[in-house]
Amino acid sequence: MKLTRRARDHIKSAACIVALFVAWELACVAFRISPIVLPRPTAVISTLIVQMPALWPHILQTLATTMLGFLLGTLIGVALGAFVGVSRSAYNTAYPLLVGFSSIPKVAVVPIFVLWFGSGTVPAVLTAMTTCIFPIVVNVATGLATTEPEMEDVLKALGASRRQVLWNVSLPRAMPYFFASLKVAVTLAFVGTVLSETVAANRGIGTVMMMATASFDVPLVFAGLFALALLGILLYVVFAGIEQRVCGWATRKQDLAVA
Amino acid sequence: MTDAVPLPALPVTETPPLLDRIVQLENVRVRFGTGDASLLALDRTSLTVRPGDFVAMVGPSGCGKSTILKLVAGLLRPTEGNVFVAGREVGAERIGIGMAFQNPTLLPWLSIRQNIMLPLKIVKPYADTYRRDRETVFRDRAEALLARVGLAGFGDRKPWELSGGMLQRANLCRALIHAPKLLMLDEPFGALDQFTREELWSVLQDLYLETRPTVFLVTHDLREAAFLASRILVMSARPGRVVEDRAVDFARPRTLETTFADAFGALTNELRRLIFQARQDQAAIAPATATQETAA
Ligand SMILES: Nc1ncnc2c1ncn2[C@@H]1O[C@H](COP(=O)(O)OP(=O)(O)OP(=O)(O)O)[C@@H](O)[C@H]1O
Ligand SMILES: [Mg+2]
Repeated sequence: MKLTRRARDHIKSAACIVALFVAWELACVAFRISPIVLPRPTAVISTLIVQMPALWPHILQTLATTMLGFLLGTLIGVALGAFVGVSRSAYNTAYPLLVGFSSIPKVAVVPIFVLWFGSGTVPAVLTAMTTCIFPIVVNVATGLATTEPEMEDVLKALGASRRQVLWNVSLPRAMPYFFASLKVAVTLAFVGTVLSETVAANRGIGTVMMMATASFDVPLVFAGLFALALLGILLYVVFAGIEQRVCGWATRKQDLAVA
Repeated sequence: MTDAVPLPALPVTETPPLLDRIVQLENVRVRFGTGDASLLALDRTSLTVRPGDFVAMVGPSGCGKSTILKLVAGLLRPTEGNVFVAGREVGAERIGIGMAFQNPTLLPWLSIRQNIMLPLKIVKPYADTYRRDRETVFRDRAEALLARVGLAGFGDRKPWELSGGMLQRANLCRALIHAPKLLMLDEPFGALDQFTREELWSVLQDLYLETRPTVFLVTHDLREAAFLASRILVMSARPGRVVEDRAVDFARPRTLETTFADAFGALTNELRRLIFQARQDQAAIAPATATQETAA
């Protein structure tokens, strides 16, 4: 049987990942590392499976919080990005503000949200939202601003309105930038949610990990980390897939350039 | 190429305006920037073009040829003077000017056919029936145009699957699809090899002879100007003015044979001499301008 080059690449990278975990396992055994310091991956995975019924509601909670925050972040991010990308003066005003805001560590924002809305889901959603807005705004604004001047001239000479230029050229051109930012934003939203959950919540993976740490249940802490990583990968893959469907033209062009 | 099938006409035909001038520039001056750093690109340029003229513009680099195209297309306002198109102040009425640049700028997410049909989506009255006609009349016209430029069967391809020369052919189709009354070409064949270029001269000439739009062609190729134009404008160095207005009356359709005639060679030599002269004049005035600019 002859495998395609793509399939072989996939198998190769899968083998590397498995090898990494095997090395971790062997290192734990060989150096007799205490499970309180670093549990073996098999122990983590078995904890994850055994505890799954108890973990499941928390996983759903974290996922729902993240998606809600991500959705809000996307809506606001697109609106802000469009605003900043279309108008020069909006760019000059909003950009320094955005850069300043994104430089604030989100840990510092959580207490403020808790102060305003009490602990629980609301501050987690808001933290997820604020964590993921920045890359969306920047990419949408950049995407909208990349229309070639010649293309704009051609359309304006035809008598196209601003709206027609936006609809026919600028928006489609901004799509790859937008989707690239979604992939990053969705993982950032996770970070925001878990951050808020560890500080002020009674549900969610973040809370579980907090409590597990307090009771020195290190394998459970790691099981929480694994669950987070798996969810992150899952969402990344979903959005990468959508990106490929919606704007494959942007990457296919690159394929050709490489070949 | 001369026995090519005529293009299917578009469903709506407008009555041509009964004007003896479609484009008129009156004492136009264009200044970029303000204050000491400003740059005078065009100075007191006046120009009248009759409907159906094929005007080629040649001149030293940076003399303001593209600026004139942008003025006529309504992409730029003159600092002083007036620009009239079809009897009205430019920009007053959208007449759907066809335009093509050296850079083809086809949209990568659309097929070649969708790309060249884009003007029909924007220009009235075609835009009103675009949804209804895009699979029938408009599509047929797009296919016919593609066949004329030698791209038959490439309508469903994406731009990245085509070579530079093929993209430039498609670019020409996009400029012509809506049968514009005014066609603006800014060095459209500048990046092509000699053979493709000469082939496209004939294609463009055929299309021109069929519908007789008014064409502005900016070019650095003097043979191209002499082959295609009915009128050649030679511009002075910046600030640009028209220093020579030469009618070209070789019989049409012109062929490569035309370019071998003595008169053709004489014309291109004369043009070369005029442009050389214009550049010399610039060299003479350059030091004065340079000190002005460094003082700023
Ligand atoms: N948007 C602009 N801002 C400032 N200066 C400009 C602008 N557009 C053109 N110019 C200047 O105006 C002058 C004329 O430009 P234009 O593009 O019309 O030249 P051109 O004759 O088309 O030159 P080329 O043959 O090299 O294309 C140039 O010196 C250029 O630097
Ligand atoms: Mg130019």
